[in-house]
Amino acid sequence: MSILDKHGVIERNASLLLVGSLIVVSIGGIVEIAPLFYFQNTIEKVEGMRPYSPLELAGRDIYVREGCYVCHSQMIRPFRDEVERYGHYSLAAESMYDHPFQWGSKRTGPDLARVGGRYSNEWQVQHLTDPRSVVPESIMPSYSFLARATLDFDTIGGMLQANANVGVPYTPEMIQSAAADLIAQATPDADSGGVLERYPKAVVGGFDGDAMRITEMDALVAYLQVLGTLVDFNTYDAAANAR
Amino acid sequence: MIGLGAGTLAAAMLSGLAVDDPFRIHMGILSLVLGLATIVAMRLPQPAHVELDTEYMDGPVRIGTILTVFWGIIGFTVGVLVATQLAYPQVNFEPWLNFGRLRPLHTSAVVFAFGGTALMTTSFYVVQRTSRARLFGGDLAWFVFWGYQLFILLAATGYLLGITQSREYAEPEWYVDIWLTVVWVAYLVVFLGTLLKRKEPHIYVANWFYLAFIVTVAMLHVVNNLAMPVSPFGSRSYSLFSGVQDALTQWWYGHNAVGFFLTAGFLGMMYYYLPKQAERPVYSYRLSIIHFWALIFLYIWAGPHHLHYTALPDWAQTLGMVFSVVLWMPSWGGMINGLLTLRGAWDKMRTDPIIRMMVIAVAFYGMSTFEGPVMSIKSVNGLSHYTDWTIGHVHSGALGWVGMISFGAVYFMVPRLWGRERLYSLRMVNWHFWLATLGIVIYAAVMWVAGIMQGLMWREYDSQGFLVYSFAETVAAMHPYYIMRVAGGLLYLAGALIMAFNIAMTIAGKVRLEKAMPVSLKLQPAQ
Repeated sequence: MSILDKHGVIERNASLLLVGSLIVVSIGGIVEIAPLFYFQNTIEKVEGMRPYSPLELAGRDIYVREGCYVCHSQMIRPFRDEVERYGHYSLAAESMYDHPFQWGSKRTGPDLARVGGRYSNEWQVQHLTDPRSVVPESIMPSYSFLARATLDFDTIGGMLQANANVGVPYTPEMIQSAAADLIAQATPDADSGGVLERYPKAVVGGFDGDAMRITEMDALVAYLQVLGTLVDFNTYDAAANAR
Repeated sequence: MIGLGAGTLAAAMLSGLAVDDPFRIHMGILSLVLGLATIVAMRLPQPAHVELDTEYMDGPVRIGTILTVFWGIIGFTVGVLVATQLAYPQVNFEPWLNFGRLRPLHTSAVVFAFGGTALMTTSFYVVQRTSRARLFGGDLAWFVFWGYQLFILLAATGYLLGITQSREYAEPEWYVDIWLTVVWVAYLVVFLGTLLKRKEPHIYVANWFYLAFIVTVAMLHVVNNLAMPVSPFGSRSYSLFSGVQDALTQWWYGHNAVGFFLTAGFLGMMYYYLPKQAERPVYSYRLSIIHFWALIFLYIWAGPHHLHYTALPDWAQTLGMVFSVVLWMPSWGGMINGLLTLRGAWDKMRTDPIIRMMVIAVAFYGMSTFEGPVMSIKSVNGLSHYTDWTIGHVHSGALGWVGMISFGAVYFMVPRLWGRERLYSLRMVNWHFWLATLGIVIYAAVMWVAGIMQGLMWREYDSQGFLVYSFAETVAAMHPYYIMRVAGGLLYLAGALIMAFNIAMTIAGKVRLEKAMPVSLKLQPAQ
C-alpha cells in the first residue's frame, strides 16, 4: 500500500492536486479526438460535395435556431431497416462542411439526412405550416410563422465569410455574390445560371408560393431539399473507404 | 456598482450596434437586468456588522440555497410542459414556446441552473467548513455567484429568442460562452484560493471532486465552444470544427458534462453531506483515492458511445465503448463508499427521511451508472440510440441522483444556515421523498417500455421481408407512454413544491406541530 500512502503528498498540496487532475482528464480527449484531424481515412473520398448555397445556409441557420436537431437526426446508421427507410447510410464526407454538425441524438421524428427531393416544395411548406394536415399522427409543432417572416439576409456575406474562415471552401466570388445568389435561388423565373454553376444541384424557384418576397420558409425548404442529395453514390467506392 | 452601471451602458450600446434582431433584443434584456441590478445595489442598506475574516462567508450560500430550490421548480415545470407538448402538440405556441426552443431551456434549467447553482452553493459551504477558512478573494465570491446567475438568465432568454449553437447542453452562443469562461475562472480562483489558505493539513475528499469538476468543466467548455462569430455585434457563430470532428468534440464535452458536472461535482456533495447527516465517517479512504483517480481518468474517454454506428471511425467507437464499460467499476466505487458509510447507522433509514433521500440518490446513481455501460455496448446501443430509452436513462440519473442528493443537501443546510433548531416539518420531507421516488420510477419504467418498443418497431420486418411500420405509426404508438410520463413528472414536481414550502417556513422560523417520526428502538440486553 506504499503508493496509496504517498497520496498524502497530493492531499496536502492543492496546486499538485489541480495539475494532476488536469493532466489525468486531458489524456482521453487527446488520444481520441486529435487523430481525427490527421488520419486521412477519417473522411471518405466522394464526388459531389459542395458548400451550401447562401439560401441553403440561411435555411440551415433557421433549422438550428428552431432546434430541429432536438427531434430529427441527420445520421443514417448502416442497418438494413434504416437504409431501407431513409436511404444509403450517412458518410462523414456528407457533413464535412457542417459547422456545427447536425447529426442529432434523438428521433422523435424521422431522420432527415436524405429528405432532400423526397417531397415537393408544396408538401414541405404545408407540413411545416400545419403538420397534422398531411401526417395525422405527427406531434410536430406548427411553424407557420416562417412563411410570414421575411428572411433577414443583411449579413449573408459575413455568414459565408465566417464559414470560409473555419475552412469551408467558399471562394471570394461566392462571398461577393452571396446576396445576389440568395435572391436568384429564391425567386421563380430569375436568372439562376450563376447559382447553379457555383452550387450544382441547388433547388431553385419559389418555395412557399409567395413570389413577392423571400421568407424564412423559402430558406428552410431550400435547405431541406438539398439534404443528402449531393454525393454521387454511383461513383462511391465503399470498399476503398472502409475504416 | 460602477461595474454594473458601465455594463448597463455597454449592453445598451451593443443593442444599438446589433446586426441582427435576436442580438438586439438580447442586449436590450441584458441592459435592463444590469440597470435594475444597479438600482438595487445602490439602494441596498449598508450591512450593520462587518464580517470578520474568521467567519464563514455564507451570504452566497444562503441565496444559493433558495435559488437552487427556485431553479429546480422552474426546470421541472418546463420539463412537465415539454413532456405535455409531446403528448399533445397543440400545447406548442409558436414561435417562442415551440418544443425545439423549450427543450434546451428545460435541460439547461435543470443541469446548469438547478444543478449548477446547487454545486456552486454547496461547494462554497463545504470548502469553508472542511478547510476551516473563509472564502478566498472577498467579494469575488459574490461576483462568481451573481455572474453565474446572469449566465443562466442570458442562456434562458437566448433559447426563447432562438439564439443557439445547437450543441446539446452547450447551446448558448459565443458571447454568453465568453462570459461564462470569465465567471468560471473566477470560481476556480475562489475555490483554489480557499483550499490554499486552509487550516486543515489534508484536503478533504469532497474537495477533490469539486476541484476536478471545476477544472475539467473549464477545459471542456473552452474547447467545445471554439467558434467564429459572424459579427462582433451579432448573435450567430459557426463552430471551428465541422462534421465528424465536431461531433466527437461535442460528445466528448456532452458526456463529460454528465461525468464532471452531474457526477464528480455531486459526488463531492455526497462525500460531505451523507457522512454528516449519518454522523459516520466515510467508509473507505483507500477506495475514495482509487475511485477518484480512476473515475476522472476514464470518464473522459466515454464520449464516442454517443456516436455508435455513425460516420465516426470504428476505432474511436470501439475505444469509447471499452472505456464506458470499464467506467462501471469506479462509478460503483463511489456508490459502495457512499452506502457503506451507513454501516452501523442503517436504522436511520427508518427514522430520518433526509438520510433516506441521500441513500435513494446513491442507489439511483448506482443504477444509472450500471445502465449507462450497458447502453454503451454497441449491440445494445443499436437498439437504444435515438429512442426514449436514452431519455429515461438520463432522467433516472438527473432526477434520482442529482435531484435527490441536492434535496438532501438543501434540507441539511437550511436549518444550519438560518440558525433554526430543525426543519419546519420532517413529515413533509417524507412526502417529498415518496412523491419524488414514485415519480422517477414511473418515468423511468415508462421510458424503458416506450423506448424499447420504439426501437423494435423501427426494425420490425414481416415474413415477406417488408418493414412493418411506417415512422408515423411508431409516433402514434408512443402517445399513451408520453401521457404516463407527464404523470411521473407531475409527481416529482409536486414533491419539489412541498420542499419549497417546507424550506420557506423553516427560514421564516416556523415549526410545524406534528407527530414525531418513528424513533429507533433501543435494544434491551437479554435478562
